[in-house]
Amino acid sequence: MDELLRDFLTESSENLAKLDNDILELERTPGDLARLNGVFRTIHTIKGTCGFLGLARLELVAHAAENVLDALRSGKLQVQRELIGDVLAAVDTIKLVLLALEETETEPAGDDEPLIARMEAWLSTVPGDRPAEASRTARAVPAISVAAASAASGGAQAPTATAPAGPPLTSEIPAAQVNAPATVSGWDGPDRRSATDERGDKHGSIGDSTLRVGVDVLDKLMNLVGELALGRNELLQLMTALEDSPFTKPVQQLDRVTTDLLEAVMKTRMQPIGNAWTKLPRLVRDLSQSSGKEIALQMHGAETELDRQILQAIQDPLTHMIRNSADHGVELPAARIAAGKPGAGTIRLAARHEGGHVVVEISDDGAGISAARVRRKAVERGLLRADQAETLPDAQVFRLIFEPGFSTAETVTNVSGRGVGMDVVRSNIEAIGGTVELSSHEGRGTTVRIKIPLTLAIISALIVGAGGESFAIPQIGIVELVRVTEEQHALVEQVHGAHFYRLRETLLPLVSLRSLLRLGEIQRDATYNLVVCQVGEVRFGLIVEEVFDTQEIVVKPMGRLVKHLQTYAGCTITGDGRVIMILDSAGIAAMAGVATTATREDTDAASREAERLRQSAQLAQTESVLLFDAGYTALQAVPLSLVARLEEFPLASFEEADGHCLVQYRGALMTVVAANPELDLGSMDPRPVIVFRDRTRTMGVAVNAIHDIVEEHLNLQRRASRPGVLGVAVISGRATEVIDTDHYLRQAAATEVA
Amino acid sequence: MSSAAPTLHGTATASTASTASTAQQEYVTFRIDSQWFGIPVLTVQEVLIAMRIARVPLAPPMIAGFLNLRGQLVTAVDLRTTLGLPPREDGAAVMNVVVRHDGELFALMVDEVGDVLSVDTVSVEPAPPTLDDRWRDACSGIVRRERGLLLILRVHAALRAEHGSG
Repeated sequence: MDELLRDFLTESSENLAKLDNDILELERTPGDLARLNGVFRTIHTIKGTCGFLGLARLELVAHAAENVLDALRSGKLQVQRELIGDVLAAVDTIKLVLLALEETETEPAGDDEPLIARMEAWLSTVPGDRPAEASRTARAVPAISVAAASAASGGAQAPTATAPAGPPLTSEIPAAQVNAPATVSGWDGPDRRSATDERGDKHGSIGDSTLRVGVDVLDKLMNLVGELALGRNELLQLMTALEDSPFTKPVQQLDRVTTDLLEAVMKTRMQPIGNAWTKLPRLVRDLSQSSGKEIALQMHGAETELDRQILQAIQDPLTHMIRNSADHGVELPAARIAAGKPGAGTIRLAARHEGGHVVVEISDDGAGISAARVRRKAVERGLLRADQAETLPDAQVFRLIFEPGFSTAETVTNVSGRGVGMDVVRSNIEAIGGTVELSSHEGRGTTVRIKIPLTLAIISALIVGAGGESFAIPQIGIVELVRVTEEQHALVEQVHGAHFYRLRETLLPLVSLRSLLRLGEIQRDATYNLVVCQVGEVRFGLIVEEVFDTQEIVVKPMGRLVKHLQTYAGCTITGDGRVIMILDSAGIAAMAGVATTATREDTDAASREAERLRQSAQLAQTESVLLFDAGYTALQAVPLSLVARLEEFPLASFEEADGHCLVQYRGALMTVVAANPELDLGSMDPRPVIVFRDRTRTMGVAVNAIHDIVEEHLNLQRRASRPGVLGVAVISGRATEVIDTDHYLRQAAATEVA
Repeated sequence: MSSAAPTLHGTATASTASTASTAQQEYVTFRIDSQWFGIPVLTVQEVLIAMRIARVPLAPPMIAGFLNLRGQLVTAVDLRTTLGLPPREDGAAVMNVVVRHDGELFALMVDEVGDVLSVDTVSVEPAPPTLDDRWRDACSGIVRRERGLLLILRVHAALRAEHGSG
């Protein structure tokens, strides 16, 4: 591409990015002359350069917009909404043409006549000598464009380069002044000069202290510094063996400088989050116009810095949520006033640092979300059972909005608020190690809170060993570490070849890293470690032989030939120079087929209930399902996550008292109910019993046989007609009854001493 | 390194080679099993003696693992697997020919590295059609020399992932 054209494109796109917001700001504060001048100058520079480069279409549009802006400057036109709309439309056209230029190097065809005619119409409302003025501006073009183009072609910093200390921007300001119809302007010269000078000074100082550098250069730099840090680590490791070495001091010096350098280079990749916000004011304006609402967008903490990579990742989710707030959150002015709120709604976007994270909040003072409506919808969509819906706290109810099954509910978005693609928002945020939560007060508004890490390049990881190899596991996915000693082997249950660990009354599926990665025969060591990992809603225990330490590691992408391996997130080089693989817990969960939800140990009744509810909410996703035979024609199924224990009791341990079947179990009497009233308890010895437990109650369901554990999409096809059954789902190709654990727990509770 | 012209066996194409100022291409030669191969010298970054290789569990068989080359990650590829040759005996010598391909570093694991050879481009003949498919795909040509045939290795073909998946 022609260098002149490339420079022009780069500079114009930078200027245009600011332009939208400047124009919007202008709409709010029409008297801001400095801003108006800035807008004018940007358009003017583009127009001038177009003439120089022979871009006729762009020149015409820019020229029309420039004339209107000029009339605003001179006070002949007043700032008004429709006019600003037309100017924005012109800016859009300019952007469109620039985009095409970047791709094809030629101007795209298009009819701008209507737009230019609208601009002309504005000018025709100006009393006086418009034609003369227009022709003069047009005549002035070539002379100005040379100056402007030379500024453009010399790069953004040309003005400071060509103009020594003296008056900055010498090549640009006169151009603006020449073009300004000073003789007919309503305001006097010196004023304007001071305004432009002030702006020019600012511009000049920025030019002095910034430099445009390609992102690839920064990436390369980051890579090299990462390698330097690894070399430093190796050196430090060697130094620990040496005492009183002449190297000690210089190595320490090297260490310090390397650390500083790493930090400084990391900083170059940091960008203010405001860069991801530039399009939002325009979006809100357009949305409010099209919907007839009045919405103000407040932005706080735009200077908060984030890694470039992360910035890119959150751009779409942010846009989506702002759109949601404007579309569904903020009400029409009449409705707002009726509700006793100001007619104009506010969307507030705020970012701040919090620990090693950045927190972004998107809040609106709109209608909020009706928790009741979400409950109803969740029940309708089979995400919740009616009785669960009642007891679930609002905070947990709102979490359902992020469930994939929920977002497709068209009516919900129309009636009660947001929902479109919120599952996509969540998965995008989670993909970069972030979290998202939503809170809402009906009638008062909604707040979405996103928490994201500062950078992806360096992470904190736990180094573990399995099968003689070392691996790194990102800390972010680790919940806890459990050491399993010989005495605790009894806590490991085995069902149909799958292993589970009884961790505080929940069954945690176990995955052996050694067997998953085929590192050799599994030897049952007396003592081993479980790394409890959490992936989304799924929790599992990864069996490793050794746990070493936690390290800050530099993530290196794996080579092309191994990139496809889902078990790894990348690799790193440790302090002693070894290459080790970084495990991807999500990939491991997928590969091991663990998709069950483990219950957290919660003392709080509400959150306990919520947890169970979320498990039910997961009915729509695949999960581990326990299949058992209860003497019915169809097999019975229960999500494994709801099962506390699988027991076998000798026939002799069943006792009958007060018409109930009881078993002495862990120092208490546990009610055992037959899964099928026809079941003859005496017909089998020992008898398999599935133990369910909730906050206060424990009970057993006697069955004929435990059949299997399968990964299945638990999708209830039919409602149940028999109590104790939730419905019928197709599991492993067969119609299977999904039992209602709550039904049994209630039975047990009925006989308990209050 | 002196590229030894005498080792060239260019008589078969002498008539064409005699046309003045024929293009010369230099190849780094290496041996795998009993076969000698050559790759253009400019694709080779360096030659390393055996280094510690980190295994990558579950990787395709052709991937021996990763090397740490002064802080840079290098994917080590065992050409024996790629070419369907029997695995190297335990304790046998290994050399790594480090090549840069598509901005990424690869170490081709070979048994022995020989001289850099200067070859008349016209003396490179196409690989015979009778060659095993895997070999024909990995070789762009054949050079006859006194010590036997030298196969010109197509680096990008040798590094294609599908070799390893088998």
